[in-house]
Amino acid sequence: MKVLVPVKRVIDYNVKVRVKPDQTGVDLANVKMSMNPFDEIGTEEAVRLKEKGVATEVVVVSIGPAQAQETLRTALAMGADRGILIQTDADLEPLAVAKLLKAVIAEEQPGVVVMGKQAIDGDNNAVGQMLAALLDWPQATFASKIEISGQTAQVTREVDGGLQTLSVALPAVITADLRLNEPRYASLPNIMKAKKKPIDIKSTGDYGVDVANRLTVVKVTEPPKRQGGAKVADVAELVSKLKNEAGVI
Amino acid sequence: MAVLVIADHDGAAVRETTGKTVAAAKLISGDVDVLVMGASVAGAAASAAAIAGVRKVLTAESASLGQGLAEAVTDLVVSLAGGYEAILTPATSAGKNFAPRIAAKLDVSQITDVIEVVDPKTFVRPIYAGNALETVKSGDSKLVITVRATAFKGAGEGGSAGIEAVAVPGASGPAAEFVSEEVVKSDRPELAGAKIVVSGGRALGSAEEFARVIEPLADKLGAAVGASRAAVDAGYAPNDYQVGQTGKVVAPDLYVAIGISGAIQHLAGMKDSKVIVAINKDADAPIFQVADYGLVADYKTAVPELMEELTKIGK
Repeated sequence: MKVLVPVKRVIDYNVKVRVKPDQTGVDLANVKMSMNPFDEIGTEEAVRLKEKGVATEVVVVSIGPAQAQETLRTALAMGADRGILIQTDADLEPLAVAKLLKAVIAEEQPGVVVMGKQAIDGDNNAVGQMLAALLDWPQATFASKIEISGQTAQVTREVDGGLQTLSVALPAVITADLRLNEPRYASLPNIMKAKKKPIDIKSTGDYGVDVANRLTVVKVTEPPKRQGGAKVADVAELVSKLKNEAGVI
Repeated sequence: MAVLVIADHDGAAVRETTGKTVAAAKLISGDVDVLVMGASVAGAAASAAAIAGVRKVLTAESASLGQGLAEAVTDLVVSLAGGYEAILTPATSAGKNFAPRIAAKLDVSQITDVIEVVDPKTFVRPIYAGNALETVKSGDSKLVITVRATAFKGAGEGGSAGIEAVAVPGASGPAAEFVSEEVVKSDRPELAGAKIVVSGGRALGSAEEFARVIEPLADKLGAAVGASRAAVDAGYAPNDYQVGQTGKVVAPDLYVAIGISGAIQHLAGMKDSKVIVAINKDADAPIFQVADYGLVADYKTAVPELMEELTKIGK
């Protein structure tokens, strides 16, 4: 079975985000970029499925600028077999991304799609569910455990208040939550090997789908700063202030 | 044209998030209907009808809807979508699961985690874990919106909307099947809607210590229990206690952070709390930059003292 894993190049999660003074967006110039952490988890899960003999091939897809090839190389170094880059400098919305992925799936015919639940830049948490809808496939989001046997995946999901387990007939879209696994670091030999693995470069036009954005970004601003920093000397002062000054207890 | 709010409820009654989402919906249209779906929803429907300003409550009952399966929810909501200019749901784990599926079926972009309605087509939402706020204007004729309920005040009570059952459509395609659910039972208030939250961090050092220190303090204050991601990852607290960008976003009247350093991802989940208290022995911990009342102290001595002082004032 073939596993398809979409991956996104985003600002590294350790980088402090700065809003551009002209309010057009976030400053990404000369900022460290990495693979979206949830997509690393998705890649790791796919590679483990291959190591367990469940999957036969892991194909990673990225939609983004030329540098997104680096993100694909990272996934290839983790153990994916080949990559597809749909090269675009546009900042596509989740619906457009889902439409492109649907077109890739029509060509690749994977048995399952495993992907991060959300990208840490737009925080939309939408592409997986949208892709499942467009394909009319079942979905299992926020997975903390995936067990595949035959044509069925049993997925444990993180939901408010606890865990839910679903059974989905494949093909299906499964999105990864934080605790699904701990992604590996690629070893140097594997990084070298990954350089020889194939990456197919495409353009959005190759797929003939409507990728126009539906939302206009009016502005991007900094969140209001919280006026914190006050200290109390001891517990008695804390309780007195909470009761008399803040009135919250 | 009217808007539809998908209710968040426990069967017996709607949760606070529903009234807050209705409040957001009223900023889009004066005609707000509420959809209450599940296995058995009579109680929840009655409480939805009592929300101020609700025009009509729609009910839909089936086993798959009770299990919250995204495929069934999508089939139902898409069947009702014709009569609405916008469909809103609180951004709970259930809402986040089904809303994008609905949006894609309607061929519209989803507007995620809305914290402010600027006008009926323009919304503010956090991006980059709340480190930036994006104002977007939609060009779609129909809107699908998830609402960060903590950003809105409840719509209040006093409504007397009519309740009307709607037909549940058959499945339009292959769907996930429910296997089982493990829900943590607790007498404490629910984390997302609690007035007071007491959270513990990695400094607690063990699950036993977390339970020994955090839980009695929470119970004394009538608070929900939360945890930092570091504490959850270390196994000191269950997953669904996690407050932060990757966990729950809370905005209680009082947030008490004990032994939490204040990583950016944790701050993203609690910085909208009205009053923040931090107790940490590291005076340089970033949590103090957002705390209204910071106490530099070891929790081992500070929490017992706090329990005593609270007893003195009758807690």
